[in-house]
Amino acid sequence: MADSAVPHDQPAGSSRRDFLELVAWSTFGVGTLAAIWPLIDSLNPSAAVLAVATTEVDLEPIEVGQRVTVMWRGKPVFIGRRTEEEIEMARAVSLDELRDPEPDEARVQKPEWLIVIGICTHLGCVPLGNRSGEPRGQWAGWFCPCHGSHYDTAGRIRKGPAPRNLDLPPYRFVSDTQVLIG
Amino acid sequence: MSTELQQPPFKSGVLRWIDERLPVLTWAYNELVVYPAPKNLNYWWNFGSLAGIILVVQIVTGVILVMSYTPHADLAFDSVEGYIMRDVNWGWLIRYLHANGASMFFALVYIHMFRGLYYGSYKKPRELLWILGVIILLLMMATAFMGYVLPWGNMSYWAATVITNLFSAIPLVGEPLVTWLWGGFTVANPTLQRFFSLHYLLPFVIFAVVFLHILALHQFGSNNPLGIDLSKKDKIPFHPYYTVKDVFGLCVFLLVYGYFVFYAPTAFISPTNFIPADPLQTPTHIVPEWYFLPFYAILRAITFDFLWIVPAKLGGVIAMFAAIGVLFFVPWLDTSKVRSARFRPIYKWFFWLLVIDVLVLGWAGANPPEGWYLVAAQLGTLYYFAHFLVIMPVLGKIERPLPLPTSLSDPVLRGTRSQTAN
Repeated sequence: MADSAVPHDQPAGSSRRDFLELVAWSTFGVGTLAAIWPLIDSLNPSAAVLAVATTEVDLEPIEVGQRVTVMWRGKPVFIGRRTEEEIEMARAVSLDELRDPEPDEARVQKPEWLIVIGICTHLGCVPLGNRSGEPRGQWAGWFCPCHGSHYDTAGRIRKGPAPRNLDLPPYRFVSDTQVLIG
Repeated sequence: MSTELQQPPFKSGVLRWIDERLPVLTWAYNELVVYPAPKNLNYWWNFGSLAGIILVVQIVTGVILVMSYTPHADLAFDSVEGYIMRDVNWGWLIRYLHANGASMFFALVYIHMFRGLYYGSYKKPRELLWILGVIILLLMMATAFMGYVLPWGNMSYWAATVITNLFSAIPLVGEPLVTWLWGGFTVANPTLQRFFSLHYLLPFVIFAVVFLHILALHQFGSNNPLGIDLSKKDKIPFHPYYTVKDVFGLCVFLLVYGYFVFYAPTAFISPTNFIPADPLQTPTHIVPEWYFLPFYAILRAITFDFLWIVPAKLGGVIAMFAAIGVLFFVPWLDTSKVRSARFRPIYKWFFWLLVIDVLVLGWAGANPPEGWYLVAAQLGTLYYFAHFLVIMPVLGKIERPLPLPTSLSDPVLRGTRSQTAN
């Protein structure tokens, strides 16, 4: 039945029917993808979510040696105004000793201000050490109580199971006392 | 017939292994590929598959909408008109597909039903097939009504109030029943939340009943425009013949659906529903969605107490539910042995009269119940019931049908020889 429409002098696979079938299936495929895309894309962050995707922080009230936590996209961001001693500690260490080698200069825009995402790169807990009185780990940075990761004063992983240094959020200094995260 | 199952031609051993243990592929192959369909089905036979497709569209878009919708009286309106329509990526498209999809669904199903009435598709042995269809219609009506309430606009609110108040017409238990339906003393947040739950549930119930509908259909196979029982040589496999025809019909349907979604997305939405629900402000002119208008006209046509015992309010409610209830009995109300109206010269005219009658009822339902509109609604209601309860049974007895062909090839090859109506 099916090949009655194929002229006998034509080689198989090049009939008009094959061509129509190819065109029909291509159109159907493209149409289906185009129809499914809005459904998938609707699950991406909405305009309302994107509209609150940046956080502006006033640095004025933060004193030397003080650490504060701000929220950015629903996550904690640690802002630390480091002491001279903390900066020195972060810069004194040799990169060979680090699991995720990164010089301190690459992790800060201004040496005084360390801004990191406060989520342990192991399994997502919030490390201790940002509030006064909390344990700061062996390298005076942060200590994650979940599985015992120690971070130094540049937020770099020094000991424990975490694979990476604390992530850095995108940010820029709008003025000397204002920082825009996101 | 579903009794002789054919094995699909498997190319993969894995599929064969699965199918031996779980014969879903054999089932799908027999119902969707080899299913022997009459050669002579016309385009009126496209609407069943179209209705099935739009049901899937409604479920998919509905599931996605729920992800951004908030079922709470204080937040529902903003979550639809504010969040979904403005902030969610493609939210406007998905919502308009869903809202207009409901209208399309009813349009397709009404055409599908009139097709059945014209060609006698409800007659022996397809009575349960028809009854399952009426059950689907009832479920659709409940689903559509509750879905209409969810955006919590002012028409949503008052539609919910009016429709739930129908039940207050029931003697003795009416008032407590309505309080129970509302979960309070008016339509309010508890009402919205239970409607939301049921609006999510019922489409899946419809989906299940659609499966039963198809099971019943494939037991004896599709009816056909001649209405006669066809032999095997007058049937062709469903695939590719009717898959291709259905896809062509789908393309035409998508043009109509697309026109409304992209160029007239609010054509079916009352302007009043862009105002948030206000329990203190009834809209001056309450009308339901177009697909309920004929039934709404019947509800309002009963303006008089019936036989001194049934008050007008209860009478209207009974008449409205009876308008759908009477459909359950159509297989037995129609006493004619001949299925297709092609061979029923008188029934054919009454069929078109019923179509006009339903359109008149719809027009009357869209207008205030006064003056000529009310008269039209009352005459329309009278004819509607007369059609099913008087004309159908009597006509079947007195009408002389045209001679029926014995097979599809018969009228062409041997024009004169024919079989009389059994």
